[in-house]
Amino acid sequence: MLKAHNLTKRFSGLLAVDDATIDVAEGSITGLIGPNGAGKTTLFAMIAGFLSPNAGTVTFQNEDITGEKPHLRARRGLARTFQIVQPFAGLDVRDNIAVGAFLHTKDPAEARRLATLTAEKVGLGHELDKLASGLTIAGRKRLELARALATKPKLLLLDEVLAGLNPSEIRDVLPIIRQIREEGVTILMIEHIMQAVMNLCDTVYVLSQGKMIASGEPRLVCTDTAVIEAYLGHGAAARIKAEGAAHA
Amino acid sequence: MKKNFEFIAALAFLGVVGIAAIAGLPGNILNLLIFMMIIALTAQGWNVLGGYGGLSSFGHAAFFGTGAYTTTILQTSFGINAWVGLVCGVILGAAVGAMIGFLSFRAGLKGSYFALITLAFAEVLRILANSWDFTGGAAGMMVSINNGFAYLQFSDRRWFLLILIGFVAGGLLLTRWLERSAFGAYLIALRENDQAAQALGVDIFKIKMQAITLSAAITALAGCLYVQNFLFIDANVAYGSWISIEALFAAIVGGAGTMLGPLIGSVLLLGLGEITKSFSGGIAGVDLVVFGIILILCVAFAPNGIRGFVADLWYRRKSRGKAM
Repeated sequence: MLKAHNLTKRFSGLLAVDDATIDVAEGSITGLIGPNGAGKTTLFAMIAGFLSPNAGTVTFQNEDITGEKPHLRARRGLARTFQIVQPFAGLDVRDNIAVGAFLHTKDPAEARRLATLTAEKVGLGHELDKLASGLTIAGRKRLELARALATKPKLLLLDEVLAGLNPSEIRDVLPIIRQIREEGVTILMIEHIMQAVMNLCDTVYVLSQGKMIASGEPRLVCTDTAVIEAYLGHGAAARIKAEGAAHA
Repeated sequence: MKKNFEFIAALAFLGVVGIAAIAGLPGNILNLLIFMMIIALTAQGWNVLGGYGGLSSFGHAAFFGTGAYTTTILQTSFGINAWVGLVCGVILGAAVGAMIGFLSFRAGLKGSYFALITLAFAEVLRILANSWDFTGGAAGMMVSINNGFAYLQFSDRRWFLLILIGFVAGGLLLTRWLERSAFGAYLIALRENDQAAQALGVDIFKIKMQAITLSAAITALAGCLYVQNFLFIDANVAYGSWISIEALFAAIVGGAGTMLGPLIGSVLLLGLGEITKSFSGGIAGVDLVVFGIILILCVAFAPNGIRGFVADLWYRRKSRGKAM
C-alpha cells in the first residue's frame, strides 16, 4: 500500500535519514522503532509530505506522491498524528474532530455528527463540549487520533500516540488501535512502548542513525544483534548472549 | 444556544437603534451612529481575516480606500450609478485583497511579517493616490450632491443609517454562517495550528486566499459607504493608517474572532470617544487618550476582548450559581 523507497533527508550537515526503505502492506499494523534521534519522525514527515526528501520516492497505492503537498495526501487517505500533540486549542473537542470530518462532507451538521461518532469511538464521547486546551495529555492523544480518523484514512500514521500515557491509559488505547485496523485501516506507527509494539505489530522496522538496520516480525527483530547494539551499545548483544548461556 | 442568543441580541440592538432613529434622534447622535456602523462594518471585514484566520492585517486601509476611490471615480469621472459604483468598489477591493494575499501567502508570511507587508501595501497605495491625477491628487475628490435612493445619498440621514444597519446585520449573518461552515472551521484550524490543519486535508493557501478576499470585500464596502456619507475623499482619509487601526482596534477590543466583537468594539470606542470629547471642553486628542487607556485595560484584563470578558463573567456567575 505504501512504499517509501531509499528516502534520504539532509539538514545541512546532518544526515537525518539515510537511504531508508519501508513497505507497508495493506491491512497490516507496521511498527517503526529506533533509539531517540534515529530519524523516525523525519521519515514520517517525508511520508506525510511535511518534508521533501533529498532523494528517494514515496508511493501510495501505486501512485508516486513524492512531491505532493500534505493536504492532497490527506485527501488520498493518508492521515497522520503528531508526536507533540497539536490540538486546535480554541475549538471544542467536537469542532476539532469536525475539521477532519469536513474533508468528506461540507454539511456542518453531518460533519459534527461524524465527529461525535468518532469521539465516541476513541473514548472522548463525554468531553465533546470541552475546549481542546482543557484536555489532559491522554485526552489530547485521543483527540489527535480522533481527528485523523475523521478524515476516513486508508493509511494512518501514528507518531507515538502512547508516549506520555500511564500503563492503564495504554491498556485502554491498545484495543482502540486494534479496532481501527479491524475496520480496514492500515496503520504505520512509531512507538517506544515495546509492550505495544509486540502486541500490535505484524512487522517492525528498526531505524538507527538514519539507517534501516532491521525489519521483520517483532519477536525476531528483538533478538537481532544489530538492533540490540543500536539500543544498548556496541558489544551488548554478545554480553547478553554470554549471560544467557551462563544462566542456562 | 448561546450563539443564537448573541445573534438575536445583536439584531435586537440594531433594531432598537433603527427604530430610535426613525422616531427621531438629534443630528449629532445620528451622525455618530452612522460613523459607528461604518467602522463596525470595516471591523467585521478585518475580523474575518484577523480574528478568525489569525492573520492580523495592519493595512485594511488598502481595501477601504480602494472601495472608496473606485465608487467615487466611477461616479464623478464616468457618471456611473452609485450602486453600480458600490458593487465595482467591492469587487476591486476584493481583487486588491486577493493580490496582496497571493503575494504574501505564497511566501508563507504570517504574524508580524504579514502585518508589516499589509501596512506597506496600504502606504504605497496612499502615496500613489496622493500623486495621481485620476484620484484627484492631494486635493482629493468630491462626490456631487444628488439626493435620492438611486444616488445612495439622502437628505434625510435616517435612511442612510437604516441602510448601514442592514449591511452590518448582513455582516453578522455572514459571521454566523462562517462559524458553522466548513470554511470557518478550516480558517480557525489554520489560525490555531496550520500544520495540523494541513494534515487533515486543509489547503491552507486556498483558505487564506478566500479569507482575505472576503475580508477585503467587506471592508471595501465600508469604504464605499463612507464616501456616500461624507461625499469627500483624499488619500489620507481613504488609505490612511487611521482606518486600518480603527478596523483592528474595534475588532480586538470588542473581541477578535467572535461574531459580536466588531460591533461591540466600534460602538464602545466611538461612543466613549464622543462622550470624552463632549466633557473635555475641546482639548484636542483627548478621545485618543481614552482609546489608549481602553487598549491597555483590554490587554491587561480582557485579552479576549469585551465579548470574551463578558462571556467569562457570565460563565463564572453561572457555575457559581450551580455550586450553591
